[in-house]
Formats: sequence, structure tokens, C-alpha cells
Amino acid sequence: MIKKEMIAMLLAGGQGSRLGVLTSKVAKPAVSFGGKYRIIDFPLSNCINSGVDTVGVLTQYQPLRLNTHIGIGIPWDLDRNIGGVTVLPPYEKSTNSEWYTGTANAIYQNLDYMDSFNPEYVLILSGDHIYKMDYEVMLDFHKEKGADVTIAVMPVPMEEAKRFGIMITDENRKITDFEEKPANPRSNLASMGIYIFNWKTLKEALLANAEQPGLDFGKHVIPYCHGKGDPLYAYEFNGYWKDVGTLNSYWEANMELIDLVPEFNLYEEYWKIYTKSESLPPQYIANDSVVERSIVGEGTDIYGKVYNSVIGCGVTIGKNTIIRDSIIMNNTVIGDGCELYKAIVAEGAEIKDGVRLGYGEEVPNETDPHIYNNGIVTIGEKSVIPAGITVGKNSCIFGITSKEDYPDNSLGSGKTLIKAGEE
Amino acid sequence: MRAIGIVLAGGNSYRMRELSQKRAVCAMPIAGSYRSIDFALSNMTNSHIQKVAVFTQYNARSLNEHLNSSKWWDFGRKQGGLYVFTPATTAESNFWYRGTADAIAQNLSFLKTSHEPYVVIASGDCVYKLDYNKVLEYHIAKKADITVVCKDMPSNVNVDRFGTIKMNEESRIEEFEEKPVVAKSNTVSCGIYVVRRRQLIEMIEKCAEEDRYDFVKDILIRYKNMKRIYGYKIQDYWRNIATVDDYFSTNMDFLKPEIRDYFFKQYPDIYSKVDDLPPAKYNVGSQVRNSLISSGCIINGTVEDSVIFKQAYIGNNCYIKNSIILNDVYIGDNTHIENCIVESRDTIRANSYHTGNDGIKIVLERNDRYVM
Repeated sequence: MIKKEMIAMLLAGGQGSRLGVLTSKVAKPAVSFGGKYRIIDFPLSNCINSGVDTVGVLTQYQPLRLNTHIGIGIPWDLDRNIGGVTVLPPYEKSTNSEWYTGTANAIYQNLDYMDSFNPEYVLILSGDHIYKMDYEVMLDFHKEKGADVTIAVMPVPMEEAKRFGIMITDENRKITDFEEKPANPRSNLASMGIYIFNWKTLKEALLANAEQPGLDFGKHVIPYCHGKGDPLYAYEFNGYWKDVGTLNSYWEANMELIDLVPEFNLYEEYWKIYTKSESLPPQYIANDSVVERSIVGEGTDIYGKVYNSVIGCGVTIGKNTIIRDSIIMNNTVIGDGCELYKAIVAEGAEIKDGVRLGYGEEVPNETDPHIYNNGIVTIGEKSVIPAGITVGKNSCIFGITSKEDYPDNSLGSGKTLIKAGEE
Repeated sequence: MRAIGIVLAGGNSYRMRELSQKRAVCAMPIAGSYRSIDFALSNMTNSHIQKVAVFTQYNARSLNEHLNSSKWWDFGRKQGGLYVFTPATTAESNFWYRGTADAIAQNLSFLKTSHEPYVVIASGDCVYKLDYNKVLEYHIAKKADITVVCKDMPSNVNVDRFGTIKMNEESRIEEFEEKPVVAKSNTVSCGIYVVRRRQLIEMIEKCAEEDRYDFVKDILIRYKNMKRIYGYKIQDYWRNIATVDDYFSTNMDFLKPEIRDYFFKQYPDIYSKVDDLPPAKYNVGSQVRNSLISSGCIINGTVEDSVIFKQAYIGNNCYIKNSIILNDVYIGDNTHIENCIVESRDTIRANSYHTGNDGIKIVLERNDRYVM
């Protein structure tokens, strides 16, 4: 019989709508990050580095990129004879076929998967955070405290605490109360969405709440366990942890990687981050080019000037092109004589010669000001921008666009141009 | 599949000078991200050859480490796979591989237990792309006993370290000279052969009986008139790297756009072991021109016309020109390196000065990286 002490369930089905067009075609965990990685690489690498070799990845929204990226788990050494990585999409049942309606509902629908490993503990993770964490240390804490549920928390500045789920604990780190996005927080320990459950506790709680619509860990399962009197503990984590749920936080987290000694250091031998390398060759930096304060992925050719930017794999950057404060994802082609300021260009986009992005006034986005802000220009994957176009700030382009889409050869600040459904 | 593969990777070469102290020639790093043997192995897998044996002998540690998993070349499968054969004492033999033919003879069971009709033999110290099926088709069309892949070298290249070939108008090989003092032709053998498996077994067994050990001398040259031996000319890029100068210039060839395009952008790809290194990082003060930089590098200084392999650290205010920096090299601040090959895992102290004045200098300092 198969027996695993702890297995992980990784929630990767969310859309991440606050990332705008970046998640039009891919689930948020599959969005690329830091040049060559994807967001899901961080929790997956944490799992294998923590000795957790059985991971169920729950997918739902746009899973193709995620599926091809994970494959059988080779990059993370999760191709195992027993356990390893398993992608778990929603499936049809003889009664009650439904999508995953909430975080805990997704786990509930995969009780059979967890049962087959008969674990002592189940680790619940979400696929949208950037951090390095040893789950084994958290498990030791869980065992030492005799907890039924342990929730990873991190201290946040008091003024930001109202954006998070806040845990109130006693001196033993036992959770006495919690509040979801409180107006007047009583603590600054924010939940990171990482839980260790005793398998029995989890199974009982999921079965008891099965009928709850949109069954959610934070809203339903944790309060249920707390109400029942199960011992809940808060495990404090003090390392780097970044939620990359908004375009601005996504941009900032990328930019932190280019500091001289980044707080989140990818260059340490210890605790490597693994990813599926799509490209192997070295990068070529041409004569007359400049690359400063940037990180660059494999197989990229740079003929222009790149400052303060994160460049992915297989990118081409043309002559006399200037790129500043930008994120350029894999396999993008940028022509000659372009200027990009604070742009996020998703995978496989084509920016033709002489295009200028991030030019002009700071005007709030007309349709989605809460998504496209802080002056960032966002270009969706496989978009095409024809030669000689100027694009303003807080704008967004997605799809294959042509000259006719740009009156006066420009798209003003705060505008959105989406040509969806056209190939 | 119609063929199995053999990669000859046991060789050492004094022409590699200090570079061969650490590794076999076939394990030499190439073009920033690869090793020499990756080209032969990738050609095998891209030609749909699924069962490949690599014969190693000299200083094989580094090579074995590179081959410790076969999945990178897609050889991790039930049918076929990657076999690494190092000499072993057996009831019949307690010798090292005394030559290429002897290496095959000592592993004859690999040939005997296979069922594919043909064998492709390649050496692991060459940089090229070749669909071996094309050679195989040619071999069949010519009704050849052995087909030797060969290359016309430019007339200014000294070919005296190669086997040189003269063919008649039907491409049948009439003369084959190994390492001639004065070459009569500048068509050289690429060390790639196609032969029928049973034919090979027969010839190798005969050789072994007569205590002959060398594939070129004792089979190709000896059987030249008896067997139908044909030459197949490779038109595209092909370089052997087994001298320091050739190794250096082959790496520098990758600074040319057409060579990069041919190997990196055009189908099929060359595969290599994946190292899980972060993107290369360029800090303030870095100045890179016409150079290849590999993943995991951290660049703080100036790099010109050079190939920098994986995980190199280039300190502040360094000047690296026309050089090759191999894997995991640490170069301290204010260092000048010109016309050099810096051996892998070396640590170059700050304020060092290395320049190859007449030819390429191999830098081997062996300093401790961390001083307690």
C-alpha cells in the first residue's frame, strides 16, 4: 500500500483577472516571471526542495500552458514511480458534475486522489506567490505544537493588514481568532494561503461542508475547524514572500530581481528554483548594444540598449532600440529603433520597427483603471504592433493589430485596444 | 528503426594541452551551453536512432556526469536508450580499450543482441548537424560496405592530424591516409561511419583474432580495396575541436550570426543536460559587446568578442577580450584577460593580468575561491 507522510495540493485554477491581458490565455500560475520562470515554479520547487514528492495540481482556467509546462514533472524531479506530480482538472461525475467552485471545493472534489496516498498530512498551496519556503520546517512546527491545522502567516505593516486575512494568536502561536480584511486589525499576522492539515481533520471538514456553495478555505473550512475547537496554529514566516496578483506588484517583484544583491536571490546554490527550460543556447550581446542592471534569459539576442529590465528566453531586441524598466517575456521579437518604457510585453509578441510604448501623459485607464495603472503599458501574448506606432501610458493592447487600428499612428494614454478572437 | 548508434568518446589528445587534464575531449564545453558530445548525441536522436552506446575511457568522470541521465537527449525509453561502456575486466579480457576497433570488440554483445540492420559510428569531438538517415540512404544506394562521412577542408588548413581521403568519380574511396606527413588531398574523414551491423561484427571479429585494434588503420585502410568503401561529403558546418586552436576557433565561430542561426534557430535543435541556472545578470558597469553569455553568469565588467560559459562571475572593472571563460569561473575585480581560455571552476584573483601574446594562453590558477 502506498503511504506518504505529507502530500501537497497546489491550487492553480485561478484566472488572476487583475493581471489583465496577461491572463487572457493562460492561468495566472503559468504567467512567466523573472525571465525564464513561471509563477508555479516557485511552489513546485519549494515542494521538491522540502522533500514533498507528491503534488496534485488543481487546474481549471486555461490549463493548456500549465499542462505543457508541468508535463510529467521532469524539471522538478517530480517524475516518480509512486507519487510525483498529477494534474487534476475538474471531471464529470455520475451525479453533480460541476466546476471547481471554490478553493476547498476543488480539494473536496479530489478526495479520492488524496485517499490513494493515505497521508498523515496534506499541504495546501496556491500557485500565485513568489517565495522560497521549507515546508518541512513548517511540518515540524505543526507536529511539535500538536496542531490539527497550521496556517503560515507573515508579519505585514499594520497599515497594510486590512488587505489580508489576519490571524490573532496567543503567546504559543495558537490561533484564538481571525478576521478577513478587517478595518481595524488586531494583529499584523497575515495568512499566506499555505495550510498544513491533518488528513483526518481535512477530510472530515470537507465532507461536513460539502454542500456549502463556493467552499473556500479562508471563509468556510478554517472557521469550521476553529468553531469545532480544533487546535489551529500560526507558523510565522519571515523570508521573502510576494503576492504577484496585480500588474503593479507583478512588475515590482520582477524589478526587485535586478538589484545588485536582490532580496529574493536566484543565484544561491541552496534552494534552487527549477523550471522547464524552453531554450538552451547562450544569449548574444552584439556590438553597440548596452545591457545594464538587467537579467536576460537563454537564447536571447540583444542588438539594442536594455536598462533596468527583465528579459526572457529567445527574445530578439533590434538595433537602436531602447528598453527601460520593462518586462519582456519569452520569444518576443522587438524591431529596430523602438523605445519601451515601463512596458510588460507577454510571450511571443511582435513589436515592429519604430514602435514607442509608454509615451506621453499619465492618464488613468478608461475601462479598467484598477488593473492598468502606475504608467505600465501591457501587451498581451502573441500580439502584433505594426511599425511606427506610439502608445501611451496605462494602456493595454491585445491581439494582432494593424495600422488601421491606430488613428494618427498612436494609441493614447489610458486606452485599451483588444482584438480578441482574431488570429 | 534501421540503425543503432555508437559514439566514440574515449579519446585523449595531447593537442588539447592542459584542457585535457580534467576531462575527455568529448566533454569539452562548447558554445556557452553545450558539451562536444551533445552534437553527436543530438544528431543521433534527431535521426531517430533510439539505441546509442557511448564508449568512454580517458578521464571519463566529467563525461559520465554529463551523461548521468539520458532524458535530455530523449534516450530515456524502454526501447533502446543510452548505454555508457567503460572498459571492464571480463573472463575474456582484462585490457583497456587498445583502439577504436578493440572498444567495439570488447562490447560486441551490444551489436550482436541488437536487431537493427545498420550501425552509425560517430566520434564525440566534432561540432556539426547531420541527419544520419541521409548518409544511410546514400550508403544503401551505393551498395557500400562502409560509408565514411568526409569534408573538404579549405586549402589553407593543415590536415595532417586527420585521415585524408581520395575518391574516384563515383565517390568510392581509393586512398585513405591516416595523419599523413604530406597530405595528397584535403578531403578529411569526419570520423562518422555507416556500416551494416553484421558486416561490422564480422570485420571486428576478424580484427580481434589478428590482434588488430584500430578501426581506421586495421579496417578502413586495410580493407580499402577489398570492400566497397564510399565517401559521403558533408556540405554544412563541421569542425573537429581536438586541438586548442581548433577548440578556440570553433567556439568563436558561434559569434557569427549565420553559425548561431544554423545551430540555435534552425531545426533540429541541439540538446544538452539542463542545469537549472538563473538568467544571466548584468549589473551597473557591465559592458558587453559581440559576446555570448550563458545562464547563471553575473557580469560587472567589460566583455568583448568572447564566449562566457555558464555561471561565470566577472568582477568590477574587468576587461575580458577575445577569450573563452569556461563554466563556473570567478574573476576578481580589475582583471585583464585577453586571448585566453580560462579553465572551468577556476578562481582568478583580483588585479590579475593574463594575455596570450603568441597564441592562446590557457589560464589555470587553481586558487581557492573562499579564503576563511
